Amino acid sequence: MAVLKTSVNLRGDEAKANAAAMTDLIGDLEDKVAKIKLGGGKRARERHVGRGKLLPRDRVRTLLDPGAPFLEFSQLAAHEVYDDDVPGGGVITGIGRVSGQECLIVVNDATVKGGTYYPITVKKHVRALEIAEQNHLPCIYLVDSGGANLPNQDEVFPDRDHFGRIFYSQANMSAKGIPQIAAVMGSCTAGGAYVPAMSDESIIVRNQGTIFLGGPPLVKAATGEVVSAEDLGGADTHSRISGVTDHYAENDHHALAIVRQIVGNLNRAKPAQVKVKAPVAPAYDPAEIYNVIPADARKPYDVREVIARIVDGSEFDEFKHLYGTTLVCGFAHIWGYPVGIVANNGILFSESSLKGAHFVELCSQRKIPLVFLQNITGFMVGRKYEAGGIAKDGAKLVTAVATTQVPKFTVIIGGSFGAGNYGMCGRAYSPRMLYMWPNARISVMGGEQAANVLATVREDGMARKDETWTAEEREAFMDPVRKQYEHQGHPYYASARVWDDGVIDPKETRNVLGLSLSAALNAPIPDPRFSVFRM
Amino acid sequence: MFDKILIANRGEIACRVIRTAKALGVRTVAVYSDADATAQHVLLADEAVHIGPPAARESYLVTDKILEACRRTGAQAVHPGYGFLSENADFARALEQAGIAFIGPPASAIDAMGSKSGAKTIMEKANVPLVPGYHGDEQDAEFLAKEADRIGYPVLIKASAGGGGKGMRLVEDPAAFADALASCRRESAASFGDDKVLVERFVTRPRHIEIQVFADSQGNAVHLFERDCSLQRRHQKVIEESPAPFMSEELRARMGAAATEAAKAIGYVGAGTVEFIVESREDGRPGEFFFMEMNTRLQVEHPVTEMVTGQDLVEWQLRVAAGAPLPLGQDDITLSGHAFEARLYAEDPANDFLPSTGKLARFRTPETGAHVRIDSGVMEGDTVSVHYDPMIAKVITWDRDRGAALQRLRRALEETELAGLTSNRDFLIALCRDEEFASGRVDTGLIGRNRDSLVPAEEGPDAKVIALAALNELKAREVETARQAASGSDPHSPWSVLHGWRLNDISHVDLVFKQGDRDYPTVCKYVIGGGYEISSPAGTVSADAELDGDGRLHAVIDGARLTATVAAVGQDRVVILPGRTHRILLHDPMAGAGDTDGGTGKLTAPMPGKVTAVFVKKGDKVEAGTALMILEAMKMEHTIAAPVDGVLAEVHFQEGEQVDEGVALVAFEE
Repeated sequence: MAVLKTSVNLRGDEAKANAAAMTDLIGDLEDKVAKIKLGGGKRARERHVGRGKLLPRDRVRTLLDPGAPFLEFSQLAAHEVYDDDVPGGGVITGIGRVSGQECLIVVNDATVKGGTYYPITVKKHVRALEIAEQNHLPCIYLVDSGGANLPNQDEVFPDRDHFGRIFYSQANMSAKGIPQIAAVMGSCTAGGAYVPAMSDESIIVRNQGTIFLGGPPLVKAATGEVVSAEDLGGADTHSRISGVTDHYAENDHHALAIVRQIVGNLNRAKPAQVKVKAPVAPAYDPAEIYNVIPADARKPYDVREVIARIVDGSEFDEFKHLYGTTLVCGFAHIWGYPVGIVANNGILFSESSLKGAHFVELCSQRKIPLVFLQNITGFMVGRKYEAGGIAKDGAKLVTAVATTQVPKFTVIIGGSFGAGNYGMCGRAYSPRMLYMWPNARISVMGGEQAANVLATVREDGMARKDETWTAEEREAFMDPVRKQYEHQGHPYYASARVWDDGVIDPKETRNVLGLSLSAALNAPIPDPRFSVFRM
Repeated sequence: MFDKILIANRGEIACRVIRTAKALGVRTVAVYSDADATAQHVLLADEAVHIGPPAARESYLVTDKILEACRRTGAQAVHPGYGFLSENADFARALEQAGIAFIGPPASAIDAMGSKSGAKTIMEKANVPLVPGYHGDEQDAEFLAKEADRIGYPVLIKASAGGGGKGMRLVEDPAAFADALASCRRESAASFGDDKVLVERFVTRPRHIEIQVFADSQGNAVHLFERDCSLQRRHQKVIEESPAPFMSEELRARMGAAATEAAKAIGYVGAGTVEFIVESREDGRPGEFFFMEMNTRLQVEHPVTEMVTGQDLVEWQLRVAAGAPLPLGQDDITLSGHAFEARLYAEDPANDFLPSTGKLARFRTPETGAHVRIDSGVMEGDTVSVHYDPMIAKVITWDRDRGAALQRLRRALEETELAGLTSNRDFLIALCRDEEFASGRVDTGLIGRNRDSLVPAEEGPDAKVIALAALNELKAREVETARQAASGSDPHSPWSVLHGWRLNDISHVDLVFKQGDRDYPTVCKYVIGGGYEISSPAGTVSADAELDGDGRLHAVIDGARLTATVAAVGQDRVVILPGRTHRILLHDPMAGAGDTDGGTGKLTAPMPGKVTAVFVKKGDKVEAGTALMILEAMKMEHTIAAPVDGVLAEVHFQEGEQVDEGVALVAFEE
């Protein structure tokens, strides 16, 4: 295979300045994540531990195979979304190995608002279930939640992708042979009661887990019956009498040991469907991506410098190297898995769109997973290009990306603007996972362009009324637009709303993609099936 | 030479004899008890005959069973090894009557040396020096004082009737003799009702030096120099060496001649050892020597003689027993270099050397060659049982001089890895490091004197020990993960490789070690770029390691490289460092948790029925699985067993009572 050669002077002033800028961004990201990982604060944690319960992240670590990695999703969920601080949205989701099997794990964090479901909590949970379903990952729910957050009920309960979707997904995944396992390690009230009830196998912890449709206060209000939580829905009630749970655990460790035992008995084997090679580290240190990415987002650079720091041995066999050069397509391996890489290297033209569509078809035929490295300001505009049919050529790329059956993964490494987002497999195109770098921006167009467009529209309106404005007035109009776009296009803003699956450190891109690829290959890759391409 | 011999022994000596027999082309027959069905000596021998239950008195010590085994296999001779029947004259006679050769001395020689007092009389006649003393009936005080002068001071006055040192007086100055005699008599009379005493020379700082002798049936006798076995613990030899430190050619010749005379005096044939008690002089050199006893067999410590003479004593035994003359004359036997033997035992030095038993979960010995020899009858996975001598191996080293040989011994012991039972390995290593021993100033009191430094008090694990135990755990799990990955359809998955990986963070592993009552909660933090930061109450270190295919950890701890082994025996973790073995416990909160489906509190009747038996009462402590009562229902008897370990708070029913489904039968204490 062809080995990429770098042309970046890592010791140059610019590279150093780039690295300094990225280091700051990563420092900020790690600080935020460290704080989020503490959950609901010191007192809540102490109260939780005081009850003999393991903290949610300790539950995850204990559940996983010893020392196994954990690919966490949506760490920044709910970040600065509500007036309340809801770290991580009060739920931890991710993929981890349990008894040798990659599983999707959902863990309520009772230290955050009692583990109640805010709208973002629901969205994060439902997104995790989508990942499980797409990738055929057994689901493990460690339940410790007070149910729906009642003040936010209108955004939690009624809509299609609200609370009810969780149980709909559980039923449909179980129907597809995707195991559903729940351990009730705390409250599991009202709608939440259906998590264990809808599971294939369930566990409850003695004197700790409770399951009921209505808790003691509701029962008293409804019927006047006075009953303790343990008698109403504790481990003895559900393991001996109701049969809602199948296993009776003495404590958290016991419950997690039973989960591991259940997974160990699932009898699942990963299908061998791609030709894997022994992984080789990239020839260039992935940490050098810090030096490569310009601190000034408007400055162009060769995306091959990024590819060289992600793929095995920096080996990359390019397709149509000389054609449609603003889109780089080629074959490589990541952690030994074959991938087709589609990466922006400038604005999308008709040629680059056609090349991309062709390449996606190749990967689909060959059942090679696709990786999109998204850094796109959009499709080329202007009379010449419209006349040249850029809309239909762009549509061909969008069609191919939308309908390919191979697992696809998107990393937004720079801008994600306008229709470029669609052609490069944005969220709406259901990549198996979508990650953002902390330097990335996402919006319908760039802030500067948006401000200019709005200012121009306004000017046109004023012209009709024979009005004018000064340069200062124009600037005063544009500035808030820029600021709004900058704020809403920021990766934290996006991730807080679960528009992506997480903000990742660029130097970890290779590892994140490797883990994602391996997990995704639990699902068989279907045969290609494309829709009508507009010719 | 014999075509086939039977070895009436087990363990390392049986293996030792088989090795030489094989080299000589002699077929071998092993005998074994139930406990030894798969023992090394059985596996090494050409044939093996089962001779009974584990107890030696019902197997290895039963003459008839050995004879029967000889008859069944056609063995022409029996090698008795040491111990068991090796010094049993009746056994030797029985073989003789059966027309089977005994690879040892004639029965008469065994008899002659069998009685200590008889042996001394014979030796006195042969002019072999005995410890001077007066053992006669004349008890006059002045007479005894004169005898003491003749014997030479210091002397011991002992009660003739006594034992255990009662009434014993050490007299160093003739002026103190009369008083000491009087007080000894008083105490003897009070203790034994008899005030008769004896007087003997007191040997200060005695050394135990023995001479290896060999005689053939043609009347030739030679010696193969001395062995110093002064390093003893309660008359148990611990480390033996040859030659004896500070031995002069002149004394060696005199002792050798005396020993050879002793052998000739009783018409000895084969390998024998004449033991002497020897005075230590101020300068450490051996002084006067006195006969103690003669052992009419091959000694445990014979390898040190083999190492310094280059001879195979078992081969000599076989040749002589087959009627051949001694292979070498006295002048052809040379002594070269220095050899040590350390006896590795399953015993607990910290617990007064109590024998220990167990499975050798790990047993590795150093590579053998010209300088290192290991004589052992067990391998990793074998069990050291209560039935026999708990010796695991003899570690033997040789080099050109004593210092070099001792250094090799220490090194060889350090490279010996043992887990699964308690051994004296660390004690032997401490002995090798003992300055007094290293200086060559040995005597039988050395171990007792230096006991505190040789058996140091148990100390808690330090940060290094905890780190090694933790590293072993982490690495073993990684190796296991890799092994499982390699056999699956996703062999290179990063899920099997990125240990401790977290998004925008890095993880850690919690382990809890225990020693005694103390917990060592240990946090192993993954470090970006590899390795761990391992923190416990014992301290924090940065550490990393590779676990090789042989279970050895090649670790770097705070920048220092070292190799160690951590053996897992159940939940025990035996951290084997070159000089010290530490045993700590790994507490796994998940272990066993998945086995049961809990449910303490109460136990309910699975169906309606009649209680036909109750085996427990309130307050009883029961283990999971213990039968509590029997319930007769649907014409079947159902045993109600305890679901968990616990104490019964209540037993609700008595025999004969009827129970309904779902009622609590017993309650457990919370």
